[in-house]
Amino acid sequence: MSDDLREGRIVIVGASLAGLRAAETLREEGFTGSLTVVGDEPHPPYDRPPLTKQVLLGKAAATAVGLPMRRDPEAEWRLGVRASGLDTVEKQVLLADGESLPYDRLLIATGTRARPWPDAEQGALDGVFTVRTVDDAGRLAERLDAGPSRVLVIGGGFTGSEIASACRERGIEVTLTERGAAPLVGALGGVLSIFADRLQRHHGVDLRCGVTVTALRGDGHGRFTGAELSDGSQVEADIAVVALGAVRNTEWLADSGLAAGPRGVACDAGCRAFDMYGIVTDDVFVAGDVSRFPHPLYEYQMMSLEHWGNAVEQAKVAAHNMANPGPRRRPHLSVPTFWSSQFGLNIKSVGVPTFSDHLVIAQGSLEQGRLVAVYGYRGRITAAVTINMAKWLEYYRHLIETAAPFPPAPEAADRSAAASFPIHSDVPDPAVLSHGPTVTLTGHLPDRRLTRVWPTG
Amino acid sequence: MRIVVDLNRCQGYAQCVFFAPDLFELHGEEALLYDPAVPEERLEAVRQAAAACPVQAILVGEEVSSRVR
Repeated sequence: MSDDLREGRIVIVGASLAGLRAAETLREEGFTGSLTVVGDEPHPPYDRPPLTKQVLLGKAAATAVGLPMRRDPEAEWRLGVRASGLDTVEKQVLLADGESLPYDRLLIATGTRARPWPDAEQGALDGVFTVRTVDDAGRLAERLDAGPSRVLVIGGGFTGSEIASACRERGIEVTLTERGAAPLVGALGGVLSIFADRLQRHHGVDLRCGVTVTALRGDGHGRFTGAELSDGSQVEADIAVVALGAVRNTEWLADSGLAAGPRGVACDAGCRAFDMYGIVTDDVFVAGDVSRFPHPLYEYQMMSLEHWGNAVEQAKVAAHNMANPGPRRRPHLSVPTFWSSQFGLNIKSVGVPTFSDHLVIAQGSLEQGRLVAVYGYRGRITAAVTINMAKWLEYYRHLIETAAPFPPAPEAADRSAAASFPIHSDVPDPAVLSHGPTVTLTGHLPDRRLTRVWPTG
Repeated sequence: MRIVVDLNRCQGYAQCVFFAPDLFELHGEEALLYDPAVPEERLEAVRQAAAACPVQAILVGEEVSSRVR
C-alpha cells in the first residue's frame, strides 16, 4: 500500500507558496511518480509578502521575489494556464487550453485573488490598482516612482495599511478609507484598532473611517482622477488602490461535486477534501488560502487562513498524507500565526484574535508603542498580538496550545499594570466589515453570529 | 540565488544585518526588510547570515525558474 502511494501521478493545481512546498515535500516523502504543477500566472512560484513592503518601497525589484526551493521537486511546471474544471469520477483536471491532466491524487492550492472594485468600468480606469500579484506590484511601484500627488487606499486591513505605510515612507500623500471604526479592526478588534488609528494619523495618513467609497471618477479619457465618499466628500488622487480583501479561487470547482464555494474548499484535519455531501475523499487534498479546515483549539470550527505560515505548514501535511497510508497520516494542527510590518512597527499574531471576548495588555502599553495584547474567550487564552515585542510570542503560543487560563498568570517579566484588568476585546460583527479579516471562522456557534446569510434578490 | 525569510520565526536578533547589511535591514526596532535577490558575489555572506540566524529563519536556494522548461 505505502509503495503504491509513492508512485503514480500527482497533479498540484496552484503554483504559489503552498504548491511549491507541497511539491518539495512529496519528493522528501519518497514520492517517485510523475508530478505536475499547474499555475495560472506565467511566473514560477514567488513570495507575496514583499510586494506591499520592499517592492513598493523601491528596495527590491518586483522581478526579484521568486521563491527559493528547499530542493528541486522534479516537477513538470505548467505555468500560464488556468485550471477550468475538475472531473473527480474520471480523475482529470481540465485546463483552459482544452487539455486534460489525469491524476491519481490531486492537491488543490489555488489560493485567492484580490477582490476587484465592484464596478468594472470604474475599476478599469488607468490608475486604479489591486495588489496581489507581482505584475500588480510592479506596475504600482512604477507609478509611485513617478511621484503621484496623492494615493487613495480603499480598505484599512493589513494590505491597505501596509500600502499606505509604504507611500508615506516615500513622502507620498495618502488618503485611506475604512468602512469600520478604525484600521485593522476586523483582524485585531477595537482596542488595537484605536492604536492603529493613532499610528496612521501620526504618520500623516489622511484617515477616513466609517465611510465607504461610492464611486471612482475618471477624466473622460479613462484616467482616474478621484473618488466620491459616502459622507458626501470627495478625494482628488492620481492613484487608487483597492484593498478590499480576497476572493477564493474556487469557481473552477463549481461542477466538481466537492464542498467548494466562496469560503473555500472544505477539508478534514488531514487536508482531504469533502465532497458536497460532507463525505471525505481520499484522492483530493487541499492546502493554503483556498482551504477551510476544522481546528480543535477553536471548537472545531472551520477556519480559513490567508497566512503565509499556514500555506507552508498545511502544504507539508497535505503532501505527507498524499504519500502515506491511513495510520501514518498527520493532522494539520498548527496555531495560526502572521506578521505585518507597517509604519516602522512589527505587528505579529499567534492564535485567532477574533475568537475572543476579552483581552488584557499583558506587557508594554499603547503609549509606549510596544506591547503584548493577550486575547481570551470564556476564560482561556486564544490569541496574542505583539507590537515590537516579537520575542514573547513563543511563550504565548505555548499558553494557547495548552488552553491556559485567561487572564494569563503573572509569570512574564515586564508585566504591565493593566495586565490584571480584562477589557472587552470589541471584535466587530463581520457583517459591518468591508472586507473579511485574514482569519475567518466559518463554523456555527449559537451565541456568536460569525456568519450571516441574506437571501438574494 | 534567492532568499526567503520566515518572518513568523524571525525575532529581530539582526545577526543577518551584521553579516550582509546591504541585503538585510531592520525597519524600526524589529521589523526585518530584505532583498530577496542575492548577487553571486554576496552568496557567501548570505550563507553565513543564514547559518548565524538564532531561529534559523532564512532559506537560501535556487529559484524555481531554473527548473522550468
